[in-house]
Amino acid sequence: MNAKLKQFLQRWGVFAALVVVWELATRAAVSPFFPTPLTILRTMRDQWLSGPASRLFLSDEVFGDVLPSVGRMLGGWALACVIGVAVGVALGRSRVAMDYVGPLLAFARAIPPPMLVPVFLVLLSIGTPMQLATIIFGTLWPVVLNAVDGARAVDSVKVETARVFRLPRHQWLLGVVVPSALPKIFAGVRVSLSLALILMVISELVGATNGIGYQLIYAQRQFDLPTMWAGIVLLGVLGYLFNTLLLAGERRALSWQPAGRG
Amino acid sequence: MPTMLEVTGLGHRYRSKDGEHIALDGLSFDVNAGELVCIVGPSGCGKSTLLRSISGLIRPTSGQVRLHGDVVDGVPSDLAVVFQDYSRSLFPWLSVQRNVEFPLKKSLDKAERRERARQALEQVGLAGAAGKYPWQLSGGMQQRVAIARALAYRPALLLMDEPFASVDAQTRFDLEDLLLRVRREYDTTILLVTHDIDESVYLGDRVVVLSKSPARVVRTLDVDLPAQRDQITTRESEAFVALRSEVARLLHGQPAGDAPTGNGRPSAGRAPAKGKTGTASSAGSTAASSAGSSSGSSEKAASAKAQPSRNGQAANRNRGKGNGAKSRRRGRARR
Amino acid sequence: MRRTVRGLVGLVGFLAVGEVVGRSGIAPPGYLPPSSLVLTRLVELLATRSFVLDLIATVLAWAIALGIAIAVAVPAGLLLGTVPALRHCARSVIEFLRPIPSVALIPLAIMVFGIGPDTKIFLAVYAAVWPILFNTIYAMDEVDPQLVDTARSFGLGRWPVLTRVSLPSAAPFVATGIRLSASVALVVVVSVEFLAGGSGGLGRFVLESSSGSGRMDLVFAGIAVAGIVGYLVNAGLEWAQRKAFVWSAATGEAS
Repeated sequence: MNAKLKQFLQRWGVFAALVVVWELATRAAVSPFFPTPLTILRTMRDQWLSGPASRLFLSDEVFGDVLPSVGRMLGGWALACVIGVAVGVALGRSRVAMDYVGPLLAFARAIPPPMLVPVFLVLLSIGTPMQLATIIFGTLWPVVLNAVDGARAVDSVKVETARVFRLPRHQWLLGVVVPSALPKIFAGVRVSLSLALILMVISELVGATNGIGYQLIYAQRQFDLPTMWAGIVLLGVLGYLFNTLLLAGERRALSWQPAGRG
Repeated sequence: MPTMLEVTGLGHRYRSKDGEHIALDGLSFDVNAGELVCIVGPSGCGKSTLLRSISGLIRPTSGQVRLHGDVVDGVPSDLAVVFQDYSRSLFPWLSVQRNVEFPLKKSLDKAERRERARQALEQVGLAGAAGKYPWQLSGGMQQRVAIARALAYRPALLLMDEPFASVDAQTRFDLEDLLLRVRREYDTTILLVTHDIDESVYLGDRVVVLSKSPARVVRTLDVDLPAQRDQITTRESEAFVALRSEVARLLHGQPAGDAPTGNGRPSAGRAPAKGKTGTASSAGSTAASSAGSSSGSSEKAASAKAQPSRNGQAANRNRGKGNGAKSRRRGRARR
Repeated sequence: MRRTVRGLVGLVGFLAVGEVVGRSGIAPPGYLPPSSLVLTRLVELLATRSFVLDLIATVLAWAIALGIAIAVAVPAGLLLGTVPALRHCARSVIEFLRPIPSVALIPLAIMVFGIGPDTKIFLAVYAAVWPILFNTIYAMDEVDPQLVDTARSFGLGRWPVLTRVSLPSAAPFVATGIRLSASVALVVVVSVEFLAGGSGGLGRFVLESSSGSGRMDLVFAGIAVAGIVGYLVNAGLEWAQRKAFVWSAATGEAS
């Protein structure tokens, strides 16, 4: 406990010290591009925490921009994970199928997803469906490829054990293949989560009428740098938060692994 | 005792880049219900291929396997395998209890599964570890879990692929005794593959000796030791020592006849295969009779079990039909 | 051999589906051009000077960014990996900087650096640093202590142990980090081109083809080229990694 506390203090102490340095530096420099952290914090508060107490002080911007953004991002990501795991596990257990689509997968993964924004824009027009499509397309491949890898590498003795006990198909897939592949799947899912954040922003920078990304580009056009910085910091916080949550979930789901992993 | 497993002319050849590799070359033997038969062969002789063919995991290229009369084509429903590599055959994401229950899901409801798993774990002395994960257990305990899982499945035939090869010597002794105990309690028919000569003799009612690759059956020996075995007294008994020497000789491709004579087997060289040997217990029902016929083991020094004879083959075909007295004199040599 | 054939069959099948969908009229005319048209455009484009210049601009920016990222992240990773105290201090900063998506910095970078190649290179470096850094730190952590002890027992000092034992055994992980970074950097370069325009490159080409004239055939051809570049980069690095670290195949499995 003591060591933990020490680590905690060390970590946040360094962080706090850096923020102080940042504050002093930006005050000294007085650059319009780099507002001080305090200004940024104040802007963040005005922007997102100025609402009535009945709504936990959350402002309209939270409901109008932040939550839609987060919803689209998590929704697209979750859909991509489900599709990705299903497709990946199926492909991973079929060498022949993988032979056919492997090169296509490698190619699809290599396409920078933002480039597909115009395609989705044309097909789905501006709005949530286009953003979801972008996020799903961009986040699908890491999950698929990792699930393929994981499902393919089910230990041969486990395969034979399952066959000897004549496990029914669903038990074999859900009870053996998916758990075997789970560590790999989580690796893919984690990559996908950070991609989802990126793609959420990109899709909002291009084709949206609300959202964090939209606020960001709007602030840039207004030369409202504190608001822009507030958006950047918010995105960082969200990224950190989601990653931490996912790691906690992963640790739970993979608690059967010997300690010292992950 | 009815025949549980019949293996006839089993052959397996792989096609690889550098030509054909023959792993199994026409093996024949059988296992009677309730028996524990050990297959012993030199490393790399194709023991695992044999076991996989019997379990239906791979299809032999020739010959056939019958499990209580039915030709094996695909894994039979009442067969279980304990693999050598327990760390890979247990599911690391399931607790010990759930590992044991896992294969029962398709056939039993929850309460029954629980109960069976509990019983089996108790049998292998792991009642207290049910909630643990495999990696929290030692290697020997993990293999006990694998054995419990196989027992809870209540297979008609239990195949064991070098089950004790990856544990240390002391644990191996413990596990061997555990196996002998639970097989009586569960009345399971067991076919165990090993490369360990002592183990095969210690555990088996019969020992099937395989040749170097490609594997053929060199000889089938009856183990005429008391059913109640003990790691110390059994292993130091004359009968045990003689048997293990014989298996060793057979394994190393030395016909028993060419054996050096300094080990209490004076006539081994010349004795013709008459099929009258001390170790020959009633070939048909070894498990039942071996306890009673232990007196025969003292004659073993003069054993002439020697080379496989045509007699022996003919005799074997009659196995189980003749009465005890007759079969006692029958040669056990088989090719 | 059979795999290659099957892969080609899969590719041809995909193109055939694209052809059928393009001609079927599911989407309004011009939205989903058939594969044959896209392929024709692709070949035409590769013979067009301005497009080739765009391609070169993208690849060049990517290569520079990756080079800078390696030059920054590998030494930093080695330092943080070998000095635990430093790593503890840096950890919070890294953990707060990393999740900021590089694209969120696009508006800022455009204001600070303008719309020249600097912007995309800066952002690509920012995105590409992390995978290399993390893999390097991780690799230094994972160096088998037994190897180090073995080397020490032969009388090697601290520096030789680092250069002759730790570095080689960390190298495969670092290479994996570089491979990850390479694809991230490409994504960022193209994205910035696409979002910021102005500075040339594949991304801008796609943007102009779509927004100006709605030429979806050119958009798809541009996407295909970007995909091919990405594929070649990844396959090339994978190949190089396999070649360079033949010995690590076995150890890689275990981890």
